[in-house]
Amino acid sequence: MRHEHIETNSGLMLLLILVVISIGGLVEIVPLFYINETIEKVDGVRPYTPLELRGRDIYVREGCYLCHSQQIRPFRDEWLRYGHYSLAAESQYDHPFQWGSKRTGPDLARLGGKYSNQWHVQHLKAPRSVVPQSIMPNYPWLLNTELDTSDVADRMRALRATGVPYSVTQAEYEANVKKFGEAVAVQLDISKARDSLFNQARERDFDGLPGQITEMEALVAYLQVLGTMVDFTKYDEGYFATFR
Amino acid sequence: MAQSSALPAEQYNYDIVRKFTIMAMVWAVLGMSVGVYIASELAWPFLNFDIPQLTFGRLRPVHTTLVIFGFGGSALFATSYYVVQRTCQARLAFPWVAEFTFWGWTGGVALGALSYVSGITQGREYAEFEWPLDIAITLVWVSYFAVYVETIRRRSQPHIYVANWFYLAFIVAVALLHIFNNLAVPISLTKSYSLFSGVQDAMTQWWYGHNAVGFFLTAAFLGMMYYFVPKQAGRPVYSYRLSIIHFWALIFLYMWAGGHHLHWTSLPDWVSTLAATFSIILLMPSWGGMINGIMTLSGAWDKLRSDPIMLFLITSLSFYGMSTFEGPLMSLKSVNALSHYTDWTIGHVHSGALGWVALVSFGSFYHLIPRLWEKKMYSQTLIYVHFWLATIGIVLYITSMWVAGIGQGLMLRSFDDYGNLAYTFIETVEFMHTPYVWRALGGAFFVSGVLVMVYNMAMTLRAARREQADVEAKLAAKLAKA
Repeated sequence: MRHEHIETNSGLMLLLILVVISIGGLVEIVPLFYINETIEKVDGVRPYTPLELRGRDIYVREGCYLCHSQQIRPFRDEWLRYGHYSLAAESQYDHPFQWGSKRTGPDLARLGGKYSNQWHVQHLKAPRSVVPQSIMPNYPWLLNTELDTSDVADRMRALRATGVPYSVTQAEYEANVKKFGEAVAVQLDISKARDSLFNQARERDFDGLPGQITEMEALVAYLQVLGTMVDFTKYDEGYFATFR
Repeated sequence: MAQSSALPAEQYNYDIVRKFTIMAMVWAVLGMSVGVYIASELAWPFLNFDIPQLTFGRLRPVHTTLVIFGFGGSALFATSYYVVQRTCQARLAFPWVAEFTFWGWTGGVALGALSYVSGITQGREYAEFEWPLDIAITLVWVSYFAVYVETIRRRSQPHIYVANWFYLAFIVAVALLHIFNNLAVPISLTKSYSLFSGVQDAMTQWWYGHNAVGFFLTAAFLGMMYYFVPKQAGRPVYSYRLSIIHFWALIFLYMWAGGHHLHWTSLPDWVSTLAATFSIILLMPSWGGMINGIMTLSGAWDKLRSDPIMLFLITSLSFYGMSTFEGPLMSLKSVNALSHYTDWTIGHVHSGALGWVALVSFGSFYHLIPRLWEKKMYSQTLIYVHFWLATIGIVLYITSMWVAGIGQGLMLRSFDDYGNLAYTFIETVEFMHTPYVWRALGGAFFVSGVLVMVYNMAMTLRAARREQADVEAKLAAKLAKA
């Protein structure tokens, strides 16, 4: 076919453009939904509790992902600095993913448990009071703003529609008990969403303000769970390599 | 305005082109100023002022959206509506729909920026618009497609000129990318969760993100280049054959390259290897475009000495060549291991965005403004001043980002004699302070160049309006006498 046929026929040109630009995405994205090895088989990864989920919403709202990645690469320096490289399984319930593209600050994929709640509160309020050279903005309003918990069940329902196993029916609840254990399954029950949120906040008191549930409470709850779900001592290194 | 429609130029719809041209400059000033501000926040964090709306995390999407979609988008609407009419020798189809694309696009960008400072965002880079704006943008885009394609169908030339191939591919590809990347389940007007998660979400987002660069910031601007470079040079495009080959190769290959933003992550290796391979091959069609543009000037090289507009256009093509060489280099897994997550990437983007996209747009506008308002540019000297301010700005920007990025990359991976990490993360942050100051300065140079252009343009428009008023007054006097 001569190119003249294409460039004198707008319909044909449009059709060919559509075909040519579709191929790359079809070959590279569609199989990711069907190849089983894409996501590692690993125990422990669970959906976020209502409080952690609200914390994650705040993380997204404030644009934290623009300076912090949540994706550790398999290099020795990253292993020493951050820990085990990230698994696809660890972000399987992340809508949207927050791997990030830039480290103006350090990676946060395994931040959970590294610092105390108190440290996080102080650091978010005034980063330079704990790390003098830091260039992070202060987030004092997180501590003064009460967390909006009114629509947490709606949020979980929306995520359930995308495939996150928050439970509505008894059968779903029991499946969660089997998969994650009872303590977790209760927190994934949408009908008990607000109670679970209040309970977790009361028990753990992430923001150091007993009786109050601030945005800080939720954000710190989220930061403290990052990267802690998989117990890497249960797997030898070769196991994860088989999925790559 | 009854008289102006009698002017021969109004054989085409220039009104819509004028509107988009003016808005492009408004967005350029706003978006780039926000850029300088957030660059300064990284150098001097007190500038965040403990005000949520001013923090880096909320302003950064404002910067990228205003510059890419506001400035870049409006420049593309303006030039594509101009080029399609001139090359098809047909008046723009569906004038009211075209008018809607202007108000829809301008309103969408403005609302997007306002929503980000209020903390309403999808949390996807370069696709932060929440779902109601996504739907509005889709409507605008479908209208744009209808206007553009129908104008081509009404052409009085049998052939569709090469610039239009690129604009067409851009319109179709952006529709495809925008729709699939923004699939989400809403919970309210201001919040939704993306349909995909984790690794699939990441790949979809970077398939979108890389092709926002590939189609929005490259293919479409090549369309611009294919009209304005030959026009300004007064010569035909260097090679027709090369334009065919590099067009099809470029739009095919770009769509494969997104995975290189996810090297060494949890993305399966097969995708990342495919993406790297295609990114390297992509060098060839990219340089095909650059060569075709630059060689169009062969036999008229002296214009670089006498024509500041040509200086803009040819320098933009040189930056295009440089950044499309740097891109494949950075897509190599071994280079990416160092460059990824650092300011090297930021520098790379800006050598493309400032060096290529912005300079080719400014050059095209300097060609366009006298034709749209039928008045010579107010000052040639100021065009030179703009050119040098811009070029100095870009050079400061990208060199400081090389220093910051490569420096941080090397520091993070260095070990002491005992095998311990040689630097903590915060030591790299401290190191980056000086390059961050230089980067902000580079940005300030670039913005001041834009302000010079705005002044030059405003004076030109004012003179045009005065002339118009004179003509009208004379006409009225004549009518009164008769």
